[in-house]
Amino acid sequence: MSLVFAAICSHGPGITGRAHLADPAQKDALHAQMHGLGESLREARPDALIVVAAEHFANFFMNNMPPYAMGMADAYEGPIEDPGWLGIAKTRIPGDAALSRRLIGEVMKEVDVAFAEEWKFDHGIMVPLHFLTPNYDLPVIPANINCQGPPLTPLPRTWAFGEALRRACDAVPERIALVGTGGISHWPATPDSGKINEAWDRDFLARWVRNDRAALLDYSDEQTYRDAGQGGFEIRTFIAVAAAAGGEGELRHYAPIPIFSVGCTVATMAIA
Amino acid sequence: MSLYATQKLLFHLNRDPAVQQRYRDDLPALLDDYDLDAEEREAILGGDVGKLYVLGANGQLLMHFAALLGMPWADYIESMREGVRRHGPVRAGIYAMTTSTDEKVAGV
Repeated sequence: MSLVFAAICSHGPGITGRAHLADPAQKDALHAQMHGLGESLREARPDALIVVAAEHFANFFMNNMPPYAMGMADAYEGPIEDPGWLGIAKTRIPGDAALSRRLIGEVMKEVDVAFAEEWKFDHGIMVPLHFLTPNYDLPVIPANINCQGPPLTPLPRTWAFGEALRRACDAVPERIALVGTGGISHWPATPDSGKINEAWDRDFLARWVRNDRAALLDYSDEQTYRDAGQGGFEIRTFIAVAAAAGGEGELRHYAPIPIFSVGCTVATMAIA
Repeated sequence: MSLYATQKLLFHLNRDPAVQQRYRDDLPALLDDYDLDAEEREAILGGDVGKLYVLGANGQLLMHFAALLGMPWADYIESMREGVRRHGPVRAGIYAMTTSTDEKVAGV
């Protein structure tokens, strides 16, 4: 039928794996917001959920790195990480290969997206699903934007990918939900882990909430790396959602939590 | 230096239970399948996360490797600092350290 829900959220592995090391009040507030996002998702009665993620070498490597990829399987598995480390048990996540195929066919009219009939989920998808679909009862269609192995896709192309996703969702009879997951400024997986540029984050989120295309695309990777760290490259996932949804955003939650390595974010966006 | 091969090994190891089994059963034989130099081979044989960090291994690959080794979070972060203390700044890639070795950004 159409795109029926659009949102963004953080996916840092600490959100589940290091929950016990965080300030309980901060952790509880974030977890409540993540669960609340799941409730909003269910209220939209989606038939499937596209997760636009920025994976961390669960599937794709520099031997053959697609800028954009989408999953096309009836089931996926995850997490690849040690379950004790991530705080999420290994499980099977339902997919919908036939729906994927139709969506990918539509996306391909505008963007040369790669497809994959095998896909393992890492924390980038498992942490959001842990809160959004804790029973793993909604078919998931993973989509990936390479934010790890430079050269990275330019931001205007990310916008085009988001627009292509929207056209694809509107072209199928199913009700589709879309969630983008990434970090804003952060320096993950380094000794800097926990460093967060809150001012930069809030400025980015203000651009996102008003869905200001020109402002969202007005970053170079050099600027992002300097001001927002290598983790900042993941703004691509949020930008794609803005392009797909088209409306204004509502920031539900933003809190820098150093032990989670990121300014933890939950937001929805109107579909226009 | 063959950073690409080092990272490819970590990529395979992190995602594939069969490679993880080979890692446990016969690590030297597993490493023979990758075009590593002596420094890289020694770092992986020793589970030396700090050295691999300095060599420029992608931080996400290395974080998942540390999880596979069962390293507690604080030990993992400290091992990277120790790597920089012992071997100098990160030599390649996009995961350079921007804080100092005596700084504990997130309290660990």
